[in-house]
Amino acid sequence: MSLREFRGQPVILAFYPADWSPVCGDQMTLYNEVLEEFQAFQAELLGLSVDGAWCHAAYARQNKLHFPLLADFEPKGEVARAYGVYDEKEGTCERALFVIDSDGIIHWSYVSPIGVNPGANGILSALEELKSKNEMAEATK
Amino acid sequence: MSARIALTLPDPERDHISGSVDGSVRLLEYGDYECPSCGMAQPIVKEIQRQLGGDLLFAFRHFPLTKIHPHSEHAAEAAEAAGTQGNFWDMHDLLFENQRALEDEDLTAYAAELGLDKTRLIREVTSSLYAARIREDFKSGIRGGVNGTPTFFINGERYDGALDLRHLLNSLAFHST
Repeated sequence: MSLREFRGQPVILAFYPADWSPVCGDQMTLYNEVLEEFQAFQAELLGLSVDGAWCHAAYARQNKLHFPLLADFEPKGEVARAYGVYDEKEGTCERALFVIDSDGIIHWSYVSPIGVNPGANGILSALEELKSKNEMAEATK
Repeated sequence: MSARIALTLPDPERDHISGSVDGSVRLLEYGDYECPSCGMAQPIVKEIQRQLGGDLLFAFRHFPLTKIHPHSEHAAEAAEAAGTQGNFWDMHDLLFENQRALEDEDLTAYAAELGLDKTRLIREVTSSLYAARIREDFKSGIRGGVNGTPTFFINGERYDGALDLRHLLNSLAFHST
């Protein structure tokens, strides 16, 4: 999978440390419930961790996730390193969010303390900003 | 979403409220009837209400995680439907006391137990009559900083402390002065 495939629409990258963290306060579970709001901005959500593809598959099935989880598994953490959010000590991705605009440029990012679910508010605000920016650009064309 | 909803403060015009609007402290919970952590918080909330009495205004908004809690949406609908018949809070309590029995037949039985029009209630539940309102609750939570359930706001400020009676009471006392 390449980000290039998503040119023309915003992409949300959600790096997280590991599948199978406790359920009710789980970040991916929360995002699964907010997909409708993300989709209202035509935004594609991708979850990333260093868990392998089969682990992701089991986790996604258990929690009925309706968005892709990407395995940053081989070489381990390569994508996270490229975004500067790989935790060398723990050997996992940090809990980091990126909103990438339709031209493939990072518009907003946020790194949360590892144990703190950052929620969806920051993502939605970033998507709103992108939308109004695009509308302004359209209006001045 | 209506821009008028205060995201982190109870809105007596809109929300299900309990206690006194003149109370010095306002507690808002975002919760899910099928969430075990919310179930564990429920007796703590009841004890807080008992201890603070008229000093407290309590409000509850729905934050159902419907993909992992398949009964949570209908349970929230049942509370709303009971609210329309004038008894939100007794249904709210029954749902939390019976988190493992939230099938539609159970919801009907709880309506009967509370002396409500059960036929009307279950018809409203199964036709998702209150879905928009529940979604409005959920969205206000998302924008207000709710990242999981239960999440409490004390006078508009998110409570990130331990979910036990002592810590919550301490925080409430701090905010009421």
